[in-house]
Amino acid sequence: MAHRNLPIAALGEESLLAPGMGFTEITDVVCGVTERPAPKAWWVAFGIAISFLGIFTLAVGYLLWNGVGVWGNNAPVYWAWDITNFVWWIGIGHAGTLISAVLFLFRQKWRTAINRFAEAMTIFAVICALVFPGIHVGRIWFAYYMLPLPNEMLLWPNFKSPLIWDVFAVSTYFTISLLFWFVGLIPDFATLRDRATTSTRRTVYGALALGWRSSNRHWQNYERAYLLLAGLSTPLVLSVHSVVSFDFATSVVPGWHTTIFPPYFVAGAIFSGFAMVMTLMLVTRAVYGMTSVVRPMHLELMNKIILLTGTIVGYAYAMEFFIAYYSGNEYERHVFIHNRATGPMAWAYWIMITCNVLSPQVYWFKKLRRNIAVSFVVSILVNIGMWFERFVIIVTSLFHDFLPSAWGDYSPTLIDISIFMGTLGLFFTAFLLFIRWVPMIAIAEVKGILPEADPHYHPEATEPNDHHGAITAHVAAGE
Amino acid sequence: MYAKHDLLLAEYETPAACLHAAEKLRDAKYKNFDAHTPFPVHGMDAAMGLKDSKLGWFVLVAGTTGMTAGFCMMYWMNAIDYPLIIGGKPPGSFPSMIPIMFELTILFSGITAVFGMFGLNQLPRHHHPIFNSDRFRSATNHRFFVSVESLDPKFDREKTKALLESTHPSHIEFVADNIDEGSAK
Repeated sequence: MAHRNLPIAALGEESLLAPGMGFTEITDVVCGVTERPAPKAWWVAFGIAISFLGIFTLAVGYLLWNGVGVWGNNAPVYWAWDITNFVWWIGIGHAGTLISAVLFLFRQKWRTAINRFAEAMTIFAVICALVFPGIHVGRIWFAYYMLPLPNEMLLWPNFKSPLIWDVFAVSTYFTISLLFWFVGLIPDFATLRDRATTSTRRTVYGALALGWRSSNRHWQNYERAYLLLAGLSTPLVLSVHSVVSFDFATSVVPGWHTTIFPPYFVAGAIFSGFAMVMTLMLVTRAVYGMTSVVRPMHLELMNKIILLTGTIVGYAYAMEFFIAYYSGNEYERHVFIHNRATGPMAWAYWIMITCNVLSPQVYWFKKLRRNIAVSFVVSILVNIGMWFERFVIIVTSLFHDFLPSAWGDYSPTLIDISIFMGTLGLFFTAFLLFIRWVPMIAIAEVKGILPEADPHYHPEATEPNDHHGAITAHVAAGE
Repeated sequence: MYAKHDLLLAEYETPAACLHAAEKLRDAKYKNFDAHTPFPVHGMDAAMGLKDSKLGWFVLVAGTTGMTAGFCMMYWMNAIDYPLIIGGKPPGSFPSMIPIMFELTILFSGITAVFGMFGLNQLPRHHHPIFNSDRFRSATNHRFFVSVESLDPKFDREKTKALLESTHPSHIEFVADNIDEGSAK
């Protein structure tokens, strides 16, 4: 089977799939996960996740009953964990879109092994993110005020506010991500339908496959739709986190009012999202034995992106610090020097620097980029670091602002912590259900990158089985 | 209107064989034929003689509509129906409208790309006669098919079958539209 690897091996590259992987092997490996009973590890993880989802439900119920006073937010820190969590989750979602859209436009074939569950991650992360603006309004039954709907007060939203831009950006992002994900799933649902052994599976997957019959007349429009969605999602993903950063940058709060925010936030979002994809990928790969599709090379390429974006984020930290100093503005200097790098919140700042700037530097070494344990540890550190980045930006700018007489302090309450841990439960419950019932790897797309998927592919002369001879004999036998 | 149609279905083991069969049908001036492959095969559109997808034009119109609708909505709400002066800016200040105009452009375009694709492909459609074939299930796994519909003006059960046989399929079958009529499985 070595001949399969010849063309790219000649270029000094590795095969994207393990040797011996053909069309049927891919179908079996990916579909098998949804057809076999779930492994014990899945049930353990699901039990933990759904327990946290229970905590989430209780904590949110308590919040709705009592109001947002149950949070630690108070003068002068009116924004705290709620917005931190919102930005953290939205940022995680961005890697999914980057992998499915941007890497598609750049024709990065390796994305096919990871794009499906990265897209699923996007959708569940955006759902978790949307929880926070939803509940932080306090009177959640008035959440529809965020939308431009006719109402008895004859009022309309103020479209000069970046918060309303956020409503449009995030809801558009969720809608487009969901559609993109579903479009990608249609051919794979058809594969599951055609393999179904029970009538329930055939009915459910058949309904989801919309009667897909692998027609090339359909593939033509399908591929065009996919390309258009990728082209639309690319500026969309950049715009969403830019708009999120406008929530801060258009204010006049020292530490927020900087022009570097949009690119800095986008890089941070991709950074944290890739870390989350890495965490999820390593766990599912180990539990389900996806080692033939998700290869060490995928780790290496993703870790390179983590190194790149982590370094961009490090540059942004240095630059905002320098500009605060160079501006000569007393308040800007105070925020960076006395609120962040030193002072009572310095521990959060230095966790952020250690996790986000220092930890990815191990990836300058190829051996470490391909090391599963290192990849896992760094991905967790980056997830922690990026949460602290948002916490540092939000809380350290607010707790000691202009007048010392107005200074305050911040500490979270049990409800703050429960809701955040609860969204992790919500996320992992959804994600575990997804890997249980939905093909976690894009079957049709992975097949498309096999060497034999190319109509100009010719097995080497050493290939013992000449297909054409076999077929001719078959037909001659009177079929 | 749904017209009853039967199919001749030829099965191939490689994308190349399927591609050559599609070329032959195209050159023989067949119209109602199709290739069915587990993934899009490179060059198949040309082999079948398909014109470029029209989807992009729908999306262009939708995107322009979204952008215009976004501008009109914001201008009417904030500058005409209930003028608001915020931050000393004029009520109909254009720069602050750009983010939402952009998002609505993307939203309208993306929804149109997906539902336009469903429209052009006439999906969902769960009752196509091709599903009467059991072998066809491998079209989503590892086999490549070419189907010719009886609606095609050139369709002739024997002649078309002979043409398909000349393309060296691994299997040929006749699929009846109505499964009760008994197909030659």
